[in-house]
Amino acid sequence: MTARFRAYLPGGVGSRLGGTLFFGLAILGTIALLSIIGPFLTDASLAQVGAVTPRRPPGGDYPLGTDAQGRDMLALMVHATPATLKMGLIAGVIGVGLGSVLGLIAGQFGGWVDAVIRVVSDSLLTVPAIAILVVIAGSIDRMTTGIMALVVASLSWMFTTRTVRAQVLTIRERGYIEVARVNGETPMEILFREVMPNVMPYIVASFVGTVSAAILAIIGLEALGLGSQDEMTLGNTIYWAQQSSAVLRGFWWWWAPPIVVIAMIFVGLFLTSVGFDRFANPRLERR
Amino acid sequence: MTAPLVELRGVKQVYGGFTALDTLTLSVPDRAATLAIAGESGSGKTTLARILLGFIEPTQGEVRYRGKDIATMTKAERFEFRREVQPIFQDPFDVFNPFYRIDHVLEMPLFRFGLARTKAEARPLIEDALERVGLRKQDTLGRFPHELSGGQRQRIMVARAVLLRPRLIVADEPVSMVDASLRATILDEIRDLNRNLGIAFVYITHDLTTAFQICDDIVVLYQGKVAEAGAVERVIGAPKHPYSQLLVSSIPLPDLSRRWGDEGMEVPAEQSDRRSDGCRFAPRCPHVMAKCWSVDPARSLADPDRAVACHLDTDGAPLSGEDIAQVFTEGDANEAATHA
Amino acid sequence: MSGAAVLDVQDLDVVYDTASGPARAVNRVSFALRPCQRLGLIGESGSGKTTMGTALMRLTRAPGRIAGGRILLDGADILTLSPRELRATRLRDIALIPQGAMSALNPVMRLRAQMVDAILAHEPGRSKVELDARISELLTRVGLDPVVADRYPHELSGGMKQRAVMAIATSLSPKVIVADEPTSALDVVVQRQVMQTLGRLQAGLGAAVVLIGHDMGLIAQFADTVGVMYAGRLVEIGPVAAMIEAPRHPYTQLLIDSLPGIDVKRRLTGIPGLPPPLVTLPDGCPFAPRCPLAHDRCRSELPSPQTVAPEHRVACHLYPEHESLPPFRAAEATA
Repeated sequence: MTARFRAYLPGGVGSRLGGTLFFGLAILGTIALLSIIGPFLTDASLAQVGAVTPRRPPGGDYPLGTDAQGRDMLALMVHATPATLKMGLIAGVIGVGLGSVLGLIAGQFGGWVDAVIRVVSDSLLTVPAIAILVVIAGSIDRMTTGIMALVVASLSWMFTTRTVRAQVLTIRERGYIEVARVNGETPMEILFREVMPNVMPYIVASFVGTVSAAILAIIGLEALGLGSQDEMTLGNTIYWAQQSSAVLRGFWWWWAPPIVVIAMIFVGLFLTSVGFDRFANPRLERR
Repeated sequence: MTAPLVELRGVKQVYGGFTALDTLTLSVPDRAATLAIAGESGSGKTTLARILLGFIEPTQGEVRYRGKDIATMTKAERFEFRREVQPIFQDPFDVFNPFYRIDHVLEMPLFRFGLARTKAEARPLIEDALERVGLRKQDTLGRFPHELSGGQRQRIMVARAVLLRPRLIVADEPVSMVDASLRATILDEIRDLNRNLGIAFVYITHDLTTAFQICDDIVVLYQGKVAEAGAVERVIGAPKHPYSQLLVSSIPLPDLSRRWGDEGMEVPAEQSDRRSDGCRFAPRCPHVMAKCWSVDPARSLADPDRAVACHLDTDGAPLSGEDIAQVFTEGDANEAATHA
Repeated sequence: MSGAAVLDVQDLDVVYDTASGPARAVNRVSFALRPCQRLGLIGESGSGKTTMGTALMRLTRAPGRIAGGRILLDGADILTLSPRELRATRLRDIALIPQGAMSALNPVMRLRAQMVDAILAHEPGRSKVELDARISELLTRVGLDPVVADRYPHELSGGMKQRAVMAIATSLSPKVIVADEPTSALDVVVQRQVMQTLGRLQAGLGAAVVLIGHDMGLIAQFADTVGVMYAGRLVEIGPVAAMIEAPRHPYTQLLIDSLPGIDVKRRLTGIPGLPPPLVTLPDGCPFAPRCPLAHDRCRSELPSPQTVAPEHRVACHLYPEHESLPPFRAAEATA
């Protein structure tokens, strides 16, 4: 895949895999790595309610301290992070997947199919997503991380649809599409063989944005208390910290770690998104 | 006489309020014909190309391919039509999918039209086509489009068109975006394909020198109507229609004895602003007469191999029937004489 | 026509820093232009002619850079001007009509607004009345009806857009006009119209013109002096009559021969081979691999420009031994 993108863009690609993209990916990579290895190195049971002495500040046996309900913060962070990332990823994949397919179909086939898709996606874009999500999440009896991911995914596809559709419309005007027609390719073949590879950079860029938005929405919902009650996630941690007045009581080691991790995730996603933009669109490189 | 390859009968193409082609009846004979369609932008030549290729259905009139009306073809017949009538487009940059190596655009038609089933089967056919257009396989195969020059890319497109051994190739300004010094070479290769493989060519252009070089016959279009048509030596060598004369005199030749003058270029504003209900060229014509504004000139045979639609030439015999093709040259008998 | 040069290019070097090393796109090019002189710079794609055009305005952008030489505009070297002085010089003294200029018009602005921009950038404080009068004058000068100023670019034809761009470029009556393939997308009649407009414009301003292109026919119709570029070098430059009827450099002759005419149908073979990559130029004359008259000296020694006739220079080892170009057949090239 990388070879194809390298070839897709003339000139020295190596120079374009600039600092921004590299740092973004490095940050995300580190977090991902810790999320994968971490759970093997730490005992999950320490992150349960009442597992250890509560309200201990960082030090000694508990490098990140413990919260008011007796959870070891380090163990909690190590298990909550992958959970949050997983939800964001699932929501992102579904959102972008659905959005791309709809965008490709709308752009390629036009007519009433396009009209329907466009009207639906445009209307949903104007709707305040968080409000709807709060209503949906609030009406679910037993929330799980999986369901949370689906709920958020349901409103994450529209932007991708619009972007992909616009790009498909542009690509269809290209000469090579007409050449594909005279080469005997069918409309479906043209869509997947000719159009899609050229839409990929936009899909990937859209993916990063969608995952960011999804994670933000998920954390937001969880911080409001609408998340899964028995699973450890970053958002839930913030919720519990808030519920126990951690700020007022000075338990900084309770609310600070999740915030730091969340901030790093977003910085990583942002840098990746900007860096990838430069990669896919060499003309931005000049400025 | 065999049925013509492509036949346009009374074809009229209207876009909104604008008439791109006005009642054109033209047939491309079923032999290795070389026909040039010349005109400026707005003349309808690109529309004509798209109609010949079956990309658009004319607003009025019929288009027949080997006797069958394109509009009523079955899927199988359309498939065969698609294989037998191939285009070469103008822009050598836009016609390649930047994601793939150039092999892709050469393999696809072979697979789709059943001329090869695997890459291995396709390879010799592709190499043969590349050789015919003067390209070396080691310079081109396996490369990405941006690694090749404009001239190389356009030759690959010619190779692509030829791969399917079509009966007709419609080339829409195939060399206008290529360096002037390369144009002749590529066009000569196209001419060779016509002679060696018997493929008919319709060459759409605004450049009369290249039309003269590779075509036997020419149709000059002005705003959707035929101004003049016939053998290239006649129409370009000694043009009769004022528009053809303007085109020929505007050719930039590296010949100091033929420098551009001002004739035909400056028309008084009262004339160029006036609307004509007769001859389309009246607002720009240096020889315009009163009659031209109200009566559309009919075509007449100024010579046995040339037809003109102009009020200045009324002593010619009327055409027998609508089809412009009657003034075209008869074919290969002329070959030996025209090449030095 | 005064004797002093309005544009004097001396040993200009423009280099592109590519991943595989520096590419010498313009290689020690020198020429001088008097007011009213029309120079046609011809070369194939990759000859460095467009790079030459942008360099004259010091508009070379990374990864290209001007690596040496001087560009004297009315005696002052523009390569040493401060950014402020340079901005004042551009458009006022030297104007560029870039390739594809028609598409450089802002599609969402009316023509008037775009022209006003250019004028106000150099002459701030002009009143609306003055500006409108100026715009009408500029448009009429290029043969356009002043009402065109209130139109959007997409409402104009290709030829009209090109002339509008020419009007903008010459709005401050520059001394030198650089036109890079101004007619590349235009039909033959419109091309003639645009070129004749450029000629009238130039004559009216008393400006010098550098016309960059690849069509020897077009250049022959317009220019009075022709310069031929190959692989970044100026291989021949001279008066148009001599260049067309009795060129000295084999490449010039091949360029002329590669154009079809309308007198007799003949078979043309063009110029076999490709220009050398500018990053790895061969020793000796860059044209040697494709030259039908190349001999050993050509492959090892770079020919330097020599004067073979008044105002006529050529960089070729055939001279000064030969009086004129020996006859040859293009098909014998060794490429």
